[in-house]
Amino acid sequence: MRPFDYARATDPAGAVALVGRPDAKYLAGGTNLVDLMKLGVETPALLVDVARLLPTGIEESADGLRIGAGARNSDVAVDRRVRAHYPVLSQALLAGASGQLRNAATIGGNLLQRTRCRYFQDVTKPCNKRAPGTGCPAIAGAHRDLGILGTSEHCVATHPSDLAVALAALDAQVHLHEAAPVPLTGLYALPGDTPQVETVLPPGALITAVSLPPLGFPSRYRKVRDRASYAFAVASVAAALDVVDGTVRDVRIAWGGVAPRPWRAYQAERELRGGPATEAAFRAAADAELAAARPLPENAFKVPLVRNLTAAVLGELAGVDR
Amino acid sequence: MTAIGARVRRTEGPDKVTGAARYAVEYPAPGVAYVWPVQAPVARGTVRSVDTDAVLAMPGVLAVLWHGNAPRLAEVADHELLLFQSDRVAYHGQFVAAVVADSLEAAREAAARTRVDIDEQPHDTELRADRADLYTPEKVNPNHESDTSQGDVDAELAASDVAVDVTYETAATHNNPMEPHASTAQWLGDRLLVHDSNQGATGVAQSLATLFGLAEDRVQVVSAHVGGGFGAKGTARPNVVLAAMAARVVGRPVRLALSRQHQFSVVGYRTPTIQRIRLGAGADGVLRAISHEAIEQTSTVREFAEQTAVGTRMMYAAAARRTAHKLARLDVPTPAWMRAPGEAPGMYALESALDELAVACGLDPIELRVRNEPAVDPESGHPFSSRNLVACLRDGADRFGWPGRDPRPGVRRDGRWLVGTGVAAATYPARSRPASAAARMLRDGRYRVDINATDIGTGARTVLGQVAADALGVAPDRIEMCVGDSTLPPAILAGGSMGTASWSWAVDKAARELRTRMAAGVPEGGLEVRVDTADDVAALDAHWSRHAFGAHFAEVRVDADTGEVRVSRLLGVYAVGRVVNPTTARSQFLGGMTMGLGMALTEESTMDHRFGDYVNDDFAGYHVPACADVGTAIDAYWLEEQDRYVNPLGIKGIGEIGIVGVPAAIGNAVWHATGVRVRDLPIRLDKVLFR
Repeated sequence: MRPFDYARATDPAGAVALVGRPDAKYLAGGTNLVDLMKLGVETPALLVDVARLLPTGIEESADGLRIGAGARNSDVAVDRRVRAHYPVLSQALLAGASGQLRNAATIGGNLLQRTRCRYFQDVTKPCNKRAPGTGCPAIAGAHRDLGILGTSEHCVATHPSDLAVALAALDAQVHLHEAAPVPLTGLYALPGDTPQVETVLPPGALITAVSLPPLGFPSRYRKVRDRASYAFAVASVAAALDVVDGTVRDVRIAWGGVAPRPWRAYQAERELRGGPATEAAFRAAADAELAAARPLPENAFKVPLVRNLTAAVLGELAGVDR
Repeated sequence: MTAIGARVRRTEGPDKVTGAARYAVEYPAPGVAYVWPVQAPVARGTVRSVDTDAVLAMPGVLAVLWHGNAPRLAEVADHELLLFQSDRVAYHGQFVAAVVADSLEAAREAAARTRVDIDEQPHDTELRADRADLYTPEKVNPNHESDTSQGDVDAELAASDVAVDVTYETAATHNNPMEPHASTAQWLGDRLLVHDSNQGATGVAQSLATLFGLAEDRVQVVSAHVGGGFGAKGTARPNVVLAAMAARVVGRPVRLALSRQHQFSVVGYRTPTIQRIRLGAGADGVLRAISHEAIEQTSTVREFAEQTAVGTRMMYAAAARRTAHKLARLDVPTPAWMRAPGEAPGMYALESALDELAVACGLDPIELRVRNEPAVDPESGHPFSSRNLVACLRDGADRFGWPGRDPRPGVRRDGRWLVGTGVAAATYPARSRPASAAARMLRDGRYRVDINATDIGTGARTVLGQVAADALGVAPDRIEMCVGDSTLPPAILAGGSMGTASWSWAVDKAARELRTRMAAGVPEGGLEVRVDTADDVAALDAHWSRHAFGAHFAEVRVDADTGEVRVSRLLGVYAVGRVVNPTTARSQFLGGMTMGLGMALTEESTMDHRFGDYVNDDFAGYHVPACADVGTAIDAYWLEEQDRYVNPLGIKGIGEIGIVGVPAAIGNAVWHATGVRVRDLPIRLDKVLFR
């Protein structure tokens, strides 16, 4: 293990000042960062521990819900208000990781976790995200779990978070210390030819909270996984649906496990709004979004999988008889 | 009430849950140093040099080992143990150097920075059926003919009313015990003391004595508690050699616990297989021809020939029968033993093909097996010492609710789930091997029994205490059972489902002998007896075919939208001779069945042939089933079975049979649920619905 310095800040301003030096990283739950340090993927010279200074509360107001960035995944998942008004969020959190990891992981840290692409995690192999310019072995290699949307010829990694998929569907805002909030859907950069750039955040930015506007209609999260226990998504969908008299009044759809960021399916939503809430319409809407997919040989199955999954979840929300 | 058959709790349970039980790297060793391996980043090549000066200048580094400076080791059969004796790189991840340092952190960091200059050569790691260089090994493990043939398979197939000709594939899988391979080694003068995580300290001590040129009584290997092995710890592995070598070089005790990632390169795995099965039968389902041809891989380091088709030789009768094994010698890590080597992949193929034959014949799959039940071992012609396969199938069918099953595929639906059921037979050889044991009276009405058995988490220590208690006519808590140390009377490893059968024989014999001698009077200095079962085992009548049998039943639910397969019920019914401890036996069965579930649905080591290594080398990428996958509806039963021909206590061994039929039962259930026959394990969701 590479030696590193550790510092604990007492307030956000102090944390931002400490993290200003090169090769410094914030440490919150550490459930991803510390693993990557053991693998040599992350090699920070300084860890700035922010776990004790970030807000951990969940506040309700007319504007919705505001969740402190230091709140633990497990606490948010079981919060009464979250479960009542944003079931999609609770379900997404409980679908992620294991009980032990959810107890340690924080909301803010979860949004910034790194891809689980096998090549990214192995420092003996090329990876444009980890070592820019070295190439992407996943494209002609083990990419079964990787992306079909928003990828580039330089990187096909997926973002691993379940939480972020739910937040994308909920139009969440990400609040920063002394900077304007960023919509969750605008937080992540697509890889293009700079896959090492994963977010729009400036260096040293500190996430302090996530806020959710009110959602007045049913929502849910479903994750397709290779085993029932702890596993990252093969694909997932976060959806909310408002149907009046068989017509879609409002709808939100976000996909996980298929793109470098939680993939908000705006095109599918546009297709559905004002139209019939039928299985055929759900499938057609998913296909409209998936028209942009660029699957690889081993993950081409994700296209029909996401179509089926989306139609199934929307159907459940609409109470469509199948 | 005898102790054998009683639900005796594990004697070391309190030590384990309180942390008092020590594992290999938990023993205090004053001045201990740490060694960390440097692995080859290429799959084939020649090591030119290692920049040792640069590494030695790093903080805390005591030594750098590579073939240019490592102590010479003596020849052993397993060349995976000949660390740093050659400049040849035989596979990606092979240990090519190592760093010894004051701390684990310093050793790891220095190892990561060690530059090994390697002349890389083109490599070849891909197992394919169309390879021109496939060859027939002289023998397959442990000592079987590679190929067998009786009758004219082609003629019988041509004359059959119904025929099945199918190819199944199984993925490479890694054993992945929870405790990694781990060792603490120290030289005490000319003695070598090693605490090591393995399945048989006797064999490990012998290997170390040979490698380091020591008399066997100069080596002590202690393996008091072992956190699983599943075959990967059956013999000495590179970790223990590395720890001992490093300790000798730096003159201090040295520790090494391999990482999870190391589990995917240097300690062994189950070879991937490609298996063609041809079955021919009359319209009544009675087999006329059975052909089973297996293709698998081995390494350039040493030959390992998995006995994939051997189980097929004794399962069912037919006029013409043929089995064959072919190997590809590749630039890969050497495959090794993994729970039910041979039977687990081989019976997956045979029992899946039998299900396909049942469908083709329009017969219930249980009825098909009953119709093909042989009167004697079809291979040897010997009678079975006991064979209760049909009874297991019948008993399991009743428990599972099989009678009246609708054979049509893809017609049962529960909400979004397609539901199906499947069955498969299981078998595993019932073998005994020589062992020795000692028993003596202690002062307070207690007895001590010594045998170098290994408790790898199975409950062996407890079970052998029960055997000794009955032989001595006392309660189990009067017995102090000493296992897991190579200075104890030598015995066979915990492997091949031979442990309890072999050890109990020696323990029973020693305890009975002690009891007899005690009846004649106890001399002043106390009484101790020592026995060996070599002659008894050699005297076993060779004209019996000795095997355990079982039946597995699975109910699966397949998501109609996503193809996700979940096992809602899993049942095993076994005929395994005498069961010594129902609690620990049940645990073994459920563990084996769970491992079979993993083999069926989730476990797959993915090789990237460009690099020549397994890329999903951790528990986030290699999915073993956990509680949510197994659920609560998993159960195991066994029939009363007395078999006086296997060994005096009638014990057949239960460590492996639990895994054997489960992949086929689950695969057959997936077909029944969906109408989709996935013939390559694991049965991932994309294979079920999207190809």
